[in-house]
Amino acid sequence: MYAQMIKSTGKGVKALEDMDPQERAFQERIDAGGKIEPKDWMPEGYRKTLIRQIGQHAHSEIVGQLPEGNWITRAPTLQRKAILLAKVQDEAGHGLYLYCAAETLGVSRDQLTRDLLSGKMKYSSIFNYPTLTWADMGAVGWLVDGAAIMNQVPLQRTSYGPYARAMVRICKEESFHQRQGFDIMMKMAQGTKAQRHMAQDALNRFWYPSLMMFGPSDKDSVHSAQSMAWKIKMNTNDELRQKFVDQTVPQAEHLGLAIPDEALRWNDERGHYDFSEPDWSEFYEVLKGNGPCSAERMAARNKAWDDGAWVREGLLAHAEKKRARKLAAE
Amino acid sequence: MSSEWPLWEVFVRGQHGLSHRHVGSLHAADAEAAIRNARDVYTRRNEGVSIWVVEASAIAASSPEEKGPLYEPANDKVYRHPTFYDIPDDVGAM
Repeated sequence: MYAQMIKSTGKGVKALEDMDPQERAFQERIDAGGKIEPKDWMPEGYRKTLIRQIGQHAHSEIVGQLPEGNWITRAPTLQRKAILLAKVQDEAGHGLYLYCAAETLGVSRDQLTRDLLSGKMKYSSIFNYPTLTWADMGAVGWLVDGAAIMNQVPLQRTSYGPYARAMVRICKEESFHQRQGFDIMMKMAQGTKAQRHMAQDALNRFWYPSLMMFGPSDKDSVHSAQSMAWKIKMNTNDELRQKFVDQTVPQAEHLGLAIPDEALRWNDERGHYDFSEPDWSEFYEVLKGNGPCSAERMAARNKAWDDGAWVREGLLAHAEKKRARKLAAE
Repeated sequence: MSSEWPLWEVFVRGQHGLSHRHVGSLHAADAEAAIRNARDVYTRRNEGVSIWVVEASAIAASSPEEKGPLYEPANDKVYRHPTFYDIPDDVGAM
């Protein structure tokens, strides 16, 4: 998802009887659907896992601005340009809501930024793919935001209060993102032959990377089991991936576009579509930082941070000067 | 220099007469910049007509350990709720 392969304690889930009274009370509160708030006691593993997860989610929103920002200056109409600007601005906002949620766990914003820029913390694999044509803006909104929504809607019920509240705001805004993407795809699918080709090509390139967003099958992952017990992960990766495929296939049919998977077919018995797995070796390569645009994305983030240093310092110096002047006048 | 901008808590009053409500937080060098940033981060869709920002370090908060002594005394005072009183139907709206 926007957060992939988040490591938890690695120890598996403890039984209630093996917990000390404090941890047991904490787990029982979560089991009963209660929320954990910043000042409440929490196990160190819960805090650390959440910092990793929310941080990675935030970094994904921020880096996710780059592939779409790529097309702002070349949007085909002024209206499309305004829409894309608004969408990219939303992504920045989503990153900020999430950073704030992570900060309530005791990590500083600067630390999170440093860990992204050094490559210590990851962001979603999907943003390491290039956006080659305008149709990619359609495919990203429709598929990438569509996949993100699958994960983010259940996270509104996550056990950590500030994270859940950030997700509520994000989900409210996210459906505009998916719809504007589908709208672009509809326009292109109904357009000239060349435009239809562009739309199909965008779908071909983004289909499997979108399926990878959910992460590999986590049926046997101890990390996932612990995260699910803590309700910071609400569904397994496979559940969400299946849901995404089931939802997306009819939409592609509506567009008259073909999902690039010859094995894709409705399975009456299961009541779901059968589909091909993405190439997981590619996924691991991208996560390691060897995606087609990985170096470019990291360079862009580092440059933005370095180029912005004088602004951050200047505004802080100005604020201090104003404060001193006000103090002197009193 | 790596000193971080201070953290501000943001409160927004919507259009429908309700009081300011906490919506989140952000970093800014001073109050003026915090309000400007809050406009961009928290009111992109007409969510508000007024913004308050407060430096997070200036907020004093009750702690979770005090939950019992602070809020439990209210539990056995059900007579503070109107539903505690049985009023005959023929009395009319009250």
